[in-house]
Amino acid sequence: MFINGASAISPLPVFDAVSAGVNVVPVLTQRGKVTEPDYGSLIDQKLIRRMSRIIRMGVATAMDALKQAGIQDPDAILTGTAYGCLEDTGIFLKRLVENKEEMLTPTAFIQSTHNTVGAQVALLLKCHSYNNTYVQRSHSFELSLMDARLWLTENPGSSVLVGAADELTDYSYALLERFAQFRNQWGGEGAAYFLVQSESNSASWARIEQIYTLFQPDLEEITAFATKLSEEQNGIDLLLSGMESGDVNADQYARIHGFIGEDIPVIHYKQYCGSYPTATAFACWLGAFWLKTGKVDAGSLQLNAPKRILIYQTDSMGYHSFILLKSC
Amino acid sequence: MQQAVYIAGKGAISCIGKNVQENSSALHEGRTGIGPIRYLHTLHATTFPAGEVKADNDELAAMAGWTGTNSRTSLLGFIAAREALQEAGLWEGNRIRQNMNGRRLRIGLISSTTVAGMDLTENFFPGFLDNSASGKLRFVKQHEAGATTERIALGLGVKDYLNTISTACSSSANAIMLGARLLKAGQLDVVIAGGTDALSKFTLNGFNTLMILDQQLCQPFDKQRRGLNLGEGAGFVVLVGDETAKLLGGSYKVKLAGYANANDAHHQTASSPDGTGSFLAMKGALEMAGVSPEEVGYINLHGTGTQNNDSSESIAIQRLFGNRYPAMSTTKSFTGHTLAACGGLEAIYSCVSLEEQVLFPCLRIQQPVIDDPGVVVTSLRQVTGLRSILSNSFGFGGNCSSLFFSLT
Repeated sequence: MFINGASAISPLPVFDAVSAGVNVVPVLTQRGKVTEPDYGSLIDQKLIRRMSRIIRMGVATAMDALKQAGIQDPDAILTGTAYGCLEDTGIFLKRLVENKEEMLTPTAFIQSTHNTVGAQVALLLKCHSYNNTYVQRSHSFELSLMDARLWLTENPGSSVLVGAADELTDYSYALLERFAQFRNQWGGEGAAYFLVQSESNSASWARIEQIYTLFQPDLEEITAFATKLSEEQNGIDLLLSGMESGDVNADQYARIHGFIGEDIPVIHYKQYCGSYPTATAFACWLGAFWLKTGKVDAGSLQLNAPKRILIYQTDSMGYHSFILLKSC
Repeated sequence: MQQAVYIAGKGAISCIGKNVQENSSALHEGRTGIGPIRYLHTLHATTFPAGEVKADNDELAAMAGWTGTNSRTSLLGFIAAREALQEAGLWEGNRIRQNMNGRRLRIGLISSTTVAGMDLTENFFPGFLDNSASGKLRFVKQHEAGATTERIALGLGVKDYLNTISTACSSSANAIMLGARLLKAGQLDVVIAGGTDALSKFTLNGFNTLMILDQQLCQPFDKQRRGLNLGEGAGFVVLVGDETAKLLGGSYKVKLAGYANANDAHHQTASSPDGTGSFLAMKGALEMAGVSPEEVGYINLHGTGTQNNDSSESIAIQRLFGNRYPAMSTTKSFTGHTLAACGGLEAIYSCVSLEEQVLFPCLRIQQPVIDDPGVVVTSLRQVTGLRSILSNSFGFGGNCSSLFFSLT
């Protein structure tokens, strides 16, 4: 399937990358917060004020991806989110505790459900199409992409809006920090949406050649897949790796790098977007952007006319995923 | 040719029973499980009746054979999913049977939930608000929706594919739909699909702010309805295609012949007055099955008991069926609204109806929303020639899904 429109909001300012370019440099922070654009041209001001950050950035990137692809009524809207609408969940929980279950108002509760982003996109578009939300930790984006691929197979000629969003809040930051999440890698957040279709066109960014997920695989399973991938694709130009600084899974990342070819250059994308479960959506955007522009430009690492970019991500809970992008 | 998708196993736990047999008995006997709140610690325990599973977490853990801190959502989900695998002949010893006649089956778990581990988080939170370093982290470990599914998957021994859907009250219908699609695409051989939700203060108070909770026992699809009662539970089905069906040697009575998901695109929580999303979901499910509305034998309604849902749903039904209504009722009058679990539970009740040729009633009906005689089922009805059932699940965010079950 082809990415025929893509948009992202991230701690690294990338929202207007298509028109203004992007300076891919590591973001230096402890707690990453997305660089929000002026939403005015995409969403009604009155609506923006009522939206939490995850809804704003999700809806804006969805609208932008559609606009780029010239599609107003997608045949499916698929959203991945590991944590869902944490800000509104936190607000409602806090009031629930403080007011001892009395005198509560509905707004935060209404917007706390996991499907709010996808629902708001449908509502703004008046789109009655298939709409689904996947919430399987760091596979949430990949499972959405896999559904997009299946939907395109089932419905030839259709277009699917697919993306992911997660937000970092004061509460989640404090909790995840206690889980020792941000000791070496700063915490992040972000949203990215893609308009995907079975056919390419002049506006295409990249082709998604493979998506593969594994949950707590045996070493043989993952070895078999990585070996097969390297044999079939002896032209991977870049590994976009989810490895974090001081990553406890560094050996696993190194193993995969070894399988696909140790001499293949690697970029650790979480230095731009931070650590969060659906960060692969940002990596997918970044890889597609480099393939579209025909140049990998990340400070010290420059590559001309890249053909294939492999995104690999794993975590301590045993989730592994591969996304292989190819230039059009 | 697209292959058929069979229901090879069912597992249910709700306020009317801890397995499918107990649920079925209560439905036959007209016994509701909704009553005063006993297990959830809430200010509203005496104000709002709810459909609680009649067991505390220790009893559920004993049933599951689990130790440690687990969300009630995970416990309920595991108990129901395990029962479904047992019926399908895919449970061996204390875990899933991965190999059959020398073949390794590719097995997926697609769960769904709206609250996930919120039952634990909401008790952790008061201490955390006072001091962000306080409270035991094991109480927030299953906060994430995906974490409850992961816990269920590890309990079952499923590793090939796991996924969680969260589209509010239509969640488990969407899980069953995705399961069928993955089977048809040949990506998996067996799918355990459904949903689970525990009652929590978060949802009880949330629905209370929307002013849609009934302080009495709910009267869904009645003109005098006052709102919904919340419930809790889990419902899972085991889905298999032709090839796995042969391998398992089962002769299955019910298949999933159609499904559709549409969005109402009207409002974040309210359904549209013309029932567009519900209409499109029902219409899509029938189109996929290749049947006309006249061939629908019965509708298991979403039927929550709110003014808005029951009005919107009945208008959508009228748009699709004209005045030739099939029989219909809502089993939420027995179970309360179990949110992400309702599509799974009601899929199971639909299977029981087809297998036993019986329609379960809408309890407490005085003036049915659709007053054509006999349309809204008000007492247990033994029938003959029931071939197919449409099961509706509609949710917040305009998410509407319908499943169409038929006898094989």
